[in-house]
Amino acid sequence: MMKLKRYRFFFILLLGLLLIAFMNQAIAIKTVQLTGKSILDMLFLLPPIFILVGLLDQWVTKETLIRYMGEKSGIYGVFFTLLLATIAAGPLYIAFPIAILLLKKGASVRYIVFFLGAWSTVKLPVLLYEFTSFGLKFTLIHICFALAFYYLTGIIFEKMYSQQKLLNDNATMEI
Amino acid sequence: MISGMVLYTIASIYLGISFIKDKHKTKTALLKSWDMFQKVLPDLLAIMLFIGLALSLLTPSLISSIIGENSGFLGIIYSTIIGSIALIPSFIVFPLGQTLVQNGAALPQVAVLMSTLMSVGLVTLNMEQKIFGKSFAYARNISSIIMSLLFALIIWVVMT
Repeated sequence: MMKLKRYRFFFILLLGLLLIAFMNQAIAIKTVQLTGKSILDMLFLLPPIFILVGLLDQWVTKETLIRYMGEKSGIYGVFFTLLLATIAAGPLYIAFPIAILLLKKGASVRYIVFFLGAWSTVKLPVLLYEFTSFGLKFTLIHICFALAFYYLTGIIFEKMYSQQKLLNDNATMEI
Repeated sequence: MISGMVLYTIASIYLGISFIKDKHKTKTALLKSWDMFQKVLPDLLAIMLFIGLALSLLTPSLISSIIGENSGFLGIIYSTIIGSIALIPSFIVFPLGQTLVQNGAALPQVAVLMSTLMSVGLVTLNMEQKIFGKSFAYARNISSIIMSLLFALIIWVVMT
């Protein structure tokens, strides 16, 4: 029952789609095609990302992660966070559970905010596409400004939220 | 889907090394991966369907007419609102943005739309709150809206 409840939004939308299908079949068919394609894309991309995160959880010790993403990690923190955030594909909500896992392992709030910001800005696989369709100037402004902005946001958020408070507020995962 | 292939290769190599070193740990890691996957799947399916519906109801030419060259400040506001509804992966956002520009949408408006689509999500706010707490989730979304608006402003000044 609990499991079905988590799918309620999906079923509500499915009902909406059925209603549309009665009124305008062309729109409904297009919706099914678009949705089907993006679901297949996601199902293809997600397994390796989650496998890597699962392995990271098992093999990377708290001490190591604190060294790379902890409060005193400095330039390593920026570099390591960027690497983690930009190599993975997928929408930002995939990054939420990963971020909380990193936080539990001792990453500082600053780098968690930077991680989420970088995830929503730069994706190495998509970078080439942005560059070819919007030009170098646009892409550089986008990436440089967003990364600088989120790094500063991270510094501000670090003063507002402690690691412990965020973990206490986490209601989903009990690791 | 070259990026997918790269990810699969990296994941397979690490999985292989992990399996040789410690079978038990590898099993725990995979169970953890499966658990995370199961947790995001309901939201993922709902959001994908939502995006599919939105993209077929709001055609690129319709969006482009709302945020065209002369839409100005109001166009920026509309873009921000539309973009803040749901979080969409970048490999959908950039092609969409390109289609909009080709259909006559203005660049700063498309910039704020794309940026908010990737970083601000009202539909996922509930899920985000459960993970980070209410205050952090709201603050993060607000900071992303500010970032997107400033980014559009820079594009407006520099590129139009």
